[in-house]
Amino acid sequence: MTKSYEELPLTPISTEPSTTNLTGLWRVIRPVVDKEKCKKCKICWKFCPDAAIKLVDGEPVIDLRYCKGCGICAFECPQKCIIMVREDEA
Amino acid sequence: MRMVMTGNYASAYGAKLAKVEVIAAYPITPQTSIVEKLAEFVSSGELRAKFIPVESEHSAMAACIAAETAGARTYTATSSQGLTLMHEVLMWASGARLPIVMTNVSRAMAPPWSVWVDHMDSIAQRDTGWLQFFCESNQEVLDTIIMAYKVCESSGVMLPAMIIEDAFILSHTSEPVSVPDQELVDSFLPAYAPEYKIEVGKPMGFGSLVKPDQYMEFRYKAMLGMKEARNRFLSVEQEFKHIFGREYGGLLEHYRCDDAEVVLACAGSVASTAKDVVDSLRARGIRVGLARIRAFRPFPHQEFRALGAKVDGIAVLDRSYTFGAAGAMFTEVKASAYSGQNRPIIKNYIAGLGGRDITPKIIEKIFEDIQLVTKRREEPDVEWVDVAGLPRRWR
Amino acid sequence: MAVMPSVTIPEEEFTYPGSTGCPGCGANLVMRYMLKALGERTIVSIPACCWAVMPGYWPVGCLGVPLLYTAFEATGASISGLRAALDVKGVEDVTVVGFAGDGGTVDIGLQALSGAAERRTDAIYVMYDNEAYMNTGIQRSGSTPWGAWTTTTPIGTTHGFKHEFKKDIMAIMQAHGIPYAATVSVAHPEDFIKKIRKAKDIKGFRFIHALSPCPPGWRMNPAETVEVAKLAVDTHIFPLYEIEQGKIHVTRKGKGVPVIEYLKLQGRFSHLTEAEIDSIQTAVDARYKLLLEKEASGT
Repeated sequence: MTKSYEELPLTPISTEPSTTNLTGLWRVIRPVVDKEKCKKCKICWKFCPDAAIKLVDGEPVIDLRYCKGCGICAFECPQKCIIMVREDEA
Repeated sequence: MRMVMTGNYASAYGAKLAKVEVIAAYPITPQTSIVEKLAEFVSSGELRAKFIPVESEHSAMAACIAAETAGARTYTATSSQGLTLMHEVLMWASGARLPIVMTNVSRAMAPPWSVWVDHMDSIAQRDTGWLQFFCESNQEVLDTIIMAYKVCESSGVMLPAMIIEDAFILSHTSEPVSVPDQELVDSFLPAYAPEYKIEVGKPMGFGSLVKPDQYMEFRYKAMLGMKEARNRFLSVEQEFKHIFGREYGGLLEHYRCDDAEVVLACAGSVASTAKDVVDSLRARGIRVGLARIRAFRPFPHQEFRALGAKVDGIAVLDRSYTFGAAGAMFTEVKASAYSGQNRPIIKNYIAGLGGRDITPKIIEKIFEDIQLVTKRREEPDVEWVDVAGLPRRWR
Repeated sequence: MAVMPSVTIPEEEFTYPGSTGCPGCGANLVMRYMLKALGERTIVSIPACCWAVMPGYWPVGCLGVPLLYTAFEATGASISGLRAALDVKGVEDVTVVGFAGDGGTVDIGLQALSGAAERRTDAIYVMYDNEAYMNTGIQRSGSTPWGAWTTTTPIGTTHGFKHEFKKDIMAIMQAHGIPYAATVSVAHPEDFIKKIRKAKDIKGFRFIHALSPCPPGWRMNPAETVEVAKLAVDTHIFPLYEIEQGKIHVTRKGKGVPVIEYLKLQGRFSHLTEAEIDSIQTAVDARYKLLLEKEASGT
C-alpha cells in the first residue's frame, strides 16, 4: 500500500529484513529429505544460496517458506538422501 | 582578516572555514587552484580533512556521495566538461538528499572548445535538484559557501548546492576579501549531524529500488525540500548579516529598481559591470535598474512577479542558450511575470558566450533597446548580442 | 555413536532468505560466504547489478550489514569516499567492501576500480563474475568468455557467439601493484572464506575475483551451480590462485578435467563445433601452463 509522503524517510533507506518475501511460493519442485539416510554432514546447508536451510541441533532443516527449489542440496548431498519432487505431486 | 585573493582561493577558504571533512576532486581549467589550495591546507594540517585525488569528476561526486552518507561534510569543485560528466551523480546526490556543496567555475561547453566564461554548463544542471547560486564577487563566493552549508544541512532542506564563479573573471581575478575568523564561522555553522547515516552495526540499505506505486512520494518530498530552501536561504542570510555584517539582497538582488521603468535581469560578474552602467544612466536621469539573479534554483518567482508588476520592461541577459527554446533565465522570468496583472515587456538577450566580453557599451545599448521595445509594446524575439554577421552593431 | 561432523565454515548468517535472486544463483553464494568471513563490522557498497535488485524493494533488505547503493560505474569511487569518511570520523576496525558484477568492474567500472587501486584505498573489492550483463538480460561484457552465446552475441546465421577473449582482471590488478588479489569459487567455500579472512587482515586495496555461475544466463540446470563452479576449477578454466605482494601462488591445482565436461553443462556453449572446443582446450592449457610458470619464476 502506498505510504503518504509524510510517512517516508527523506530517501529510500531499507530497514526491514527480506524474510517478509516468501520465495517458497516460486517453487516448482521441492526437496524431500530422507532423515534415516542423513549423516548430518551439513553440506546441503553449506551450499544453499538462499540460506534457506538452517541448522537445528546440528541437523539441517529446510525452510520451505523460502526454498526456491533450485536443487543444489539434492545434487550435492553425498548420501543422495534428498530428492526433488514436483510441487503439484508433493 | 582582509586579504587579496582570487575567486578560486575564496572558494578554498570558504571550504576550509566550513571545516569540510572529505574533499574528492579532479582538476579542470579554471578550477585547479581551488583544489591545489585545499591540498595545501590539508597537507599543512590547517584543514583536518581527507583529500581524495580521484580519477574523474564522476568519481569525485560519487566519492562525495559515499562520504556524505557516512556522515562527513564534503566538498568538491569543477567546471564545464567536468560538471556535465557528473550529471548522472548530481541527480543521485539530490535524490539521496545529501547536502554536498560544490563550486562550479562556470565555463563554456565544447565544441567549440573553450576555457572561458559562460553559463551553459551550470544552466544545463537546473533539473538536477541542486540549489544554484551565481556570485558577483569573490567575497560573495566565500560567504555563499559558508551560508550554503547551513542552508543545505537544515533538516527541512537536505539538498546539495553549487556556488557558481565566472571562469577567469572571478576564478582568476584578485579582489579584496574579508576572511572571517574560524571561531565566528563555528558559531554560525555547527558540525554536520544528519538524522540518518551509514554506520557499522546498523544493517540499513541506502538507495534501494522503489516501485512505481511509491516513487512519486519521494520526489514530492524533495520538492518540499527545495521549497523550504527558499525560506531557509533568506533567514540564513539574515543570520549571516547579523554575525558577519554582510548580505547580498536575498534570492534576487534589487539595484536601484524602486522607480525604474525598465530593469536588466542577469547573473554573475556581468551584474557588476551593469551596476556601473545603471549608475551612469541614472546620472543622466534615465530610470533603469538591475535585478541580479543570485539564486537560480530555487528560482525567485515571487520576486520577479512583484518586480514585473512595477516595471514596464525587463531585459533578461542570458549567458547561455537553450536550443529550441530561449535563454533559460528569460523563460523563468517570463513565467514568473505572466501571472501578474500588469505584464511588462520582457526581451531575451543572449550575450557573452564562450567568454565574449560584455562591455559597458553593450549593456548601455541593451538598456536603450529594452526602452525602445517597451515603448512600442512589441512582442520581441530573442536577440543574440554582438554576433558578427548580424546587422546590429553593439561595439 | 558416530561423531557429528562439525561445520567447516562459520555458522552465523549475514544474508537473510527472501532475496529475489534466481534459484541456484551463484552470486547469492558469493555474498553469503563473503559476509560469513568478514562478519558484522563490514559496510558494503553495491552498484547497479543483480545484487542491487536482490535485496528487494524498499523498505526491505537481505543483508545483515549496512549497504550503500551507488551508480553503475562508481563502485571504486564509492568505497574511496566511504573509507575517507570513516577515517576522518575516527571509526576503526571496519571492512569496507565494494561488491560489483563483472560489467560494473571490467567495463564501465574499470576506471573507478583502477583509481581506487592506484590510490591504495583501504578496501576489499569483490567482483562476482557471472560473465555477462545478467541483470539487464544476459548481454555480453568484457568478461564473457570466448565462445559464449549472449543476447548481444547471438549465434544467428553467421555463427555469432563472442569472438573476443575474456579480460584478465587479475592481471590488470596485478599490474596495479596491490598487496593482495585472489580468485575464489563457490564450490570451495573453505578456500573462499580463508582467502577473504586473509584479505581482511591486509591493509590497502584487495581484489577478489569470484566466479558466479548463473543458471538463466549460462543456460544451465540451477541444481548444478556448485558442480559447474567445481568443474571451472578442475578444467583449469578458472584456477584458484592468489597474487600476494605481486607473486602468484596457486592454491588449488585442480584435477585436470577436459573442458568439454564444463562446457557441456551450459547451453550457452551448445553451438560450439568440435574444432572450437579443441581451440578452447588449447587456449586453457596454454594459459594454465603460463600461470604455473609465473608461479615458479616468482612473478
